[in-house]
Amino acid sequence: MKAIPANSVGIVKPQLFHFDEPLTLRSGRVIEKYDLMVETYGTLNADASNAILVCHALSGDHHAAGYYDPENPKEKPGWWDCCIGPGKPFDTNHFFVVSLNNLGGCAGSTGPSSMNPDTGKPFGPDFPIVTVRDWVNSQARLADRLGIQQWAAVIGGSLGGMQVMRWAISYPDRLRHALVIAAAPKLSAQNIAFNEVARQSIMSDPDFHEGRYYDFNTYPGKGVMLARMVGHITYLSDALMRDKFGKDARAGNFGRDLRAGKLSFGFDTDFQVQSYLQYKGESFSRNFDANTYLLVTKTLDYFDPTVDYDGELSKAFANSQCKFLVISFSSDWRFSPERSREIVEALLKAEKPVSYLEIEADEGHDAFLLPVPRYMQALNAYMSRVADECGRNPNAG
Amino acid sequence: MRADLKIIESWIEPGSRVLDLGCGDGLLLAHLKETLHIRECGLEIDQEHIQQCLEKGVSVIEQDMDKGLPNFQDNSFDTVVLAQTLQALHRPDLIVDEMLRVGKRCILTFPNFAYWRHRFYLMTGGRMPKSPHIPYEWYDTPNLHHCTIADFDELCRQKNITVLDRTVVDDARRTSMLMNLNPNFFGVNAIYHISR
Repeated sequence: MKAIPANSVGIVKPQLFHFDEPLTLRSGRVIEKYDLMVETYGTLNADASNAILVCHALSGDHHAAGYYDPENPKEKPGWWDCCIGPGKPFDTNHFFVVSLNNLGGCAGSTGPSSMNPDTGKPFGPDFPIVTVRDWVNSQARLADRLGIQQWAAVIGGSLGGMQVMRWAISYPDRLRHALVIAAAPKLSAQNIAFNEVARQSIMSDPDFHEGRYYDFNTYPGKGVMLARMVGHITYLSDALMRDKFGKDARAGNFGRDLRAGKLSFGFDTDFQVQSYLQYKGESFSRNFDANTYLLVTKTLDYFDPTVDYDGELSKAFANSQCKFLVISFSSDWRFSPERSREIVEALLKAEKPVSYLEIEADEGHDAFLLPVPRYMQALNAYMSRVADECGRNPNAG
Repeated sequence: MRADLKIIESWIEPGSRVLDLGCGDGLLLAHLKETLHIRECGLEIDQEHIQQCLEKGVSVIEQDMDKGLPNFQDNSFDTVVLAQTLQALHRPDLIVDEMLRVGKRCILTFPNFAYWRHRFYLMTGGRMPKSPHIPYEWYDTPNLHHCTIADFDELCRQKNITVLDRTVVDDARRTSMLMNLNPNFFGVNAIYHISR
């Protein structure tokens, strides 16, 4: 047995939920049946008022906290373990936390790598493009299934934050608090450009086979690796990279540490940042489906909650009834503080209650996943009020 | 409850929308939420104060008002409050303009530099006045633009600002007959209720 920290949710087990009711997508296409892979932490209270939904970002999944294997000492916990657990901001002593793998994903929910019942083969490129709105519609059905009429809070960072905004717009009476972290009202041309490089990397891999690589028993791993490498750069900040790859004082603070202590005068991997990116890209490509990566970058590109509201975000929020907490990080250049301030401005214009924090952090976009002290304190304070509202668990410490 | 907050409270309509610039730990807004069920919004740059607002459940936005309020709509608040901060801003006149643009009515409080003790301090000692509510040295004070009640009255005249009400209070935030007789001489703190 490995030692599991006392403030961990411990060993967890995902559950598969099957849905038979067809889901009409924004594109007009219909998914007849689908599965959602879900994890929950904590206990739903008697009046189902203490449920919070955690929405994952581009490469996330349902495994947000805890561990699977009690024996494996090397296993890393879920992707938001710093926030979910007893005594943590999303305190499982008080909240029932729900996390799911979104439709189109590759971690157990129905997606491009799932079997298409019509053909007996994986969907591949035939899987429809799903939008944030479609995801939120599927999440609402999951809430129905779990007996949750209204979330105490819906929470997410990056693409997760976009789902939170969509909840506040599409289901105004089904959440009391919206926590929108490191997000943007919609992608800019620069954001879309990075996604396009990622897609071209995957689609130009000779093993891609127009997305039908499953049928050829191949996998466009090189393409996914390149896609992830370019994505990964946008998640970090210049300052963080200088720090991370600049341990050698002789190289100054430029992060130019060498791998072998000298230049190769060839096209080998000279600098540590090169091998780091290659390693990150390579290990990601082994665990993520290429078609899902393509799909989710499109989901990001298409996100625009203002389409039905004359391009005005404040009009989109007009019917929202929840309170908002918007958080950005100083060194995030993928979705910079400026983008979060646009969300805040729209909420102010719509006369909605909103709090906004700009957290000083060097970790870039990835900071939203990390236990930055001020960020954790703020989430703690805010969620503690939310816990008070739903009636704290009297038996909890 | 502080007497100056009581005066501010008496000028605010129940259920109205209130913006507090430099809201500190959220004390005023939390109180007004409880008593008058206002819809609150605080502006603050101090991290500790922002944390205290979150703990109180007061909506707070991290923003530097010295850069203006461009993200706030005209007439979007019933009342905009600026308490004990006017003198610490880079351009107090511009923030007054912004307050009157965003709010239908505004409430301002500031220490009156022409209070007789300050005058006495400067006249006899020949040094910049210090007192319990202006405890700083001239070189480390956050107060960039001290003004007097007469100065602020003049600003209101120049900008055609309507003074709906004005009260002066002492350090204990009480008012007295003497202060009302000659506010600019006996008043320690001024509280203005203004509109365009």
